[in-house]
Parts: sequence; C-alpha cells; structure tokens
Amino acid sequence: MARVVVDVMPKPEILDPQGKAVLGALPRLGFSGVSDVRQGKRFELEVEGEITDEVLAEIDKMAESLLSNPVIEDYEVHVEEHSVAEIAQGRTS
Amino acid sequence: MKVGVVTFPGSLDDVDARRAVTIGGNEAVALWHGDDDLRGVDAVVLPGGFSYGDYLRCGAISRFSPVMASVVEAAGKGMPVLGICNGFQILCESHLLPGALIRNDHRKFVCRDQRLRIERTDTAWTSAYAPGAEVTIVLKNGEGGFVADESTLDRLEGEGRVVARYLDDNPNGSLRDIAGISNERGNVVGLMPHPEHAVEDLTGPGTDGLGFFTSLVEKAFA
Repeated sequence: MARVVVDVMPKPEILDPQGKAVLGALPRLGFSGVSDVRQGKRFELEVEGEITDEVLAEIDKMAESLLSNPVIEDYEVHVEEHSVAEIAQGRTS
Repeated sequence: MKVGVVTFPGSLDDVDARRAVTIGGNEAVALWHGDDDLRGVDAVVLPGGFSYGDYLRCGAISRFSPVMASVVEAAGKGMPVLGICNGFQILCESHLLPGALIRNDHRKFVCRDQRLRIERTDTAWTSAYAPGAEVTIVLKNGEGGFVADESTLDRLEGEGRVVARYLDDNPNGSLRDIAGISNERGNVVGLMPHPEHAVEDLTGPGTDGLGFFTSLVEKAFA
C-alpha cells in the first residue's frame, strides 16, 4: 500500500471566509504574528500497489473532477510516506 | 406540463417546490436521485436543501447521482431545468452553469425576504415577468456567494445571462450582486433565492415567486 496526498486550497483570488474567521480568532486567543490564514482540505488516499505514472494520472483526474472544483480551488498531488495521524502519534509517543 | 422535482438525500424544499409547481398550473412529478428515469417530464426542478449533507462541497456529490446524468443529457437537448439554492450549486458543480457558490462573505447563514430585479425574461422560467420587474422573495443560504473569474462575469453580463440581481443589500457577497444566471440557451436557470416559498399569500412575503412556475405554461402556449 502506498499513500498519495491531495491538497486542495481556495484560489488566491477567491475569498476564504473560513480562513478569515480563523485569522480573526487567533489574536483573541493570544496568538500573534500570523498575517493571513487560508483554509483548505487534505485528502489522504491509500492506494493499492505501486505508485506509477498511470496511477498518479488517475489520481490527478480524481482531484480535478471530484476532490476539487477547479473554478474556485487549486490542488496539488504528492506521494507521502506518513499520514498526519501517524506523524501526530510519533510526536506524542 | 409535467415538471419533475428531484429529491436528493438532504433535500429540504422538494415538497414546497412540488406544491409551487402545482399552484403554477403544472403537474408535479416526484423524481428520485438514485433513479436515472425522468418519468417523461417536460422540465426539472432541483430544489433547495443540503443534498448529501453538503459533504465535500455543496452539490459536489449530487452531481454524480444517477438522476443528474439524465438531467444533464436532457438539459443539453433543451429541457428547462431550474436549480434553486442547493439546486443552483448542483448546476454549477455539473458544469451546466459557470461559476461556483461559496460561503457567505459575512460567514453567517442569512434568512430574509430579499428584493430582486428580474433581468432576463426570455428564459423558460422567467417569461412571466416584465423585464426589470422588482420582486421580493425568500432568501436563505449559508453558501450563496456567487463567484466566477472576471472574464466569465463579463461574458454573463454581455450575453444578458444574469437572470436576477440583488437589490438593496447584497446578502452574501455575490460578485456583481448576481442572484441567478442562465446558460446560453436560457433553458437552464440557477437561482439562489427561493421562489417556491413565495407563491401563496398565506405564507411568505407574497406571491412574487409564482412567475417562475407559471412561465413554463406561458412559454408553452406562446
């Protein structure tokens, strides 16, 4: 099994009200030094077999047709060894 | 005419839409998201609500439901299709209409009686209105901000495809105050406000929404 991650972010020119809400909350909670927040989505795909160019091309199609809406979002596909959950476990154990 | 109203898991306004279709003088036919059979209808309404829980993006999952394959095909052949609120979002996700609907710029759900100007009156859904008619119908959405790139917006304006525009306050950050648009042909219309909630004097702000449901008949006998 291999893992492919698709990151989806609102395009820079598209208003991101959720990111704005987070940005507004940070100073209220005492966090400083953050000048902007953009909120997106991360998809961790567990893929059977080897990651070949064909597999990546297929995932690119998934990202373009379902995981993102190209009218308002950009996406990026990359192969990654660890999930966020695994990394977080490593951090806490 | 027979007007199909699709029920998706999470649709809220399918029953009101069927009622509005009937009051508008047409026969309402219930359609089901999981069935690609349009049951011989002459037109389709995609109602408001939160289909598939708005998972992923509003309308993103509904777009791939069996009924939508048939709706997209029929729309391509000229069948009138009206998407209201979540239905508008589904039409954009299906690429039957350009642009997208994003979260309201002020981040709050908005529910109010909204003044609109009907700007395109040669569509299958708006021919009952006088050009430039100012109406008040219900608006209720959390993700109703219409966005598209500048060239798309210019094209919509240039081709007269802005069907309805918000008057007074812009309720959700929609670019150029756009409340509804149509495809080139005018058979597919997406609208963020809810005309089906403004068809009877007893409930809602009046009957200004009725025109969306009587236009089909006027068009048919024109």
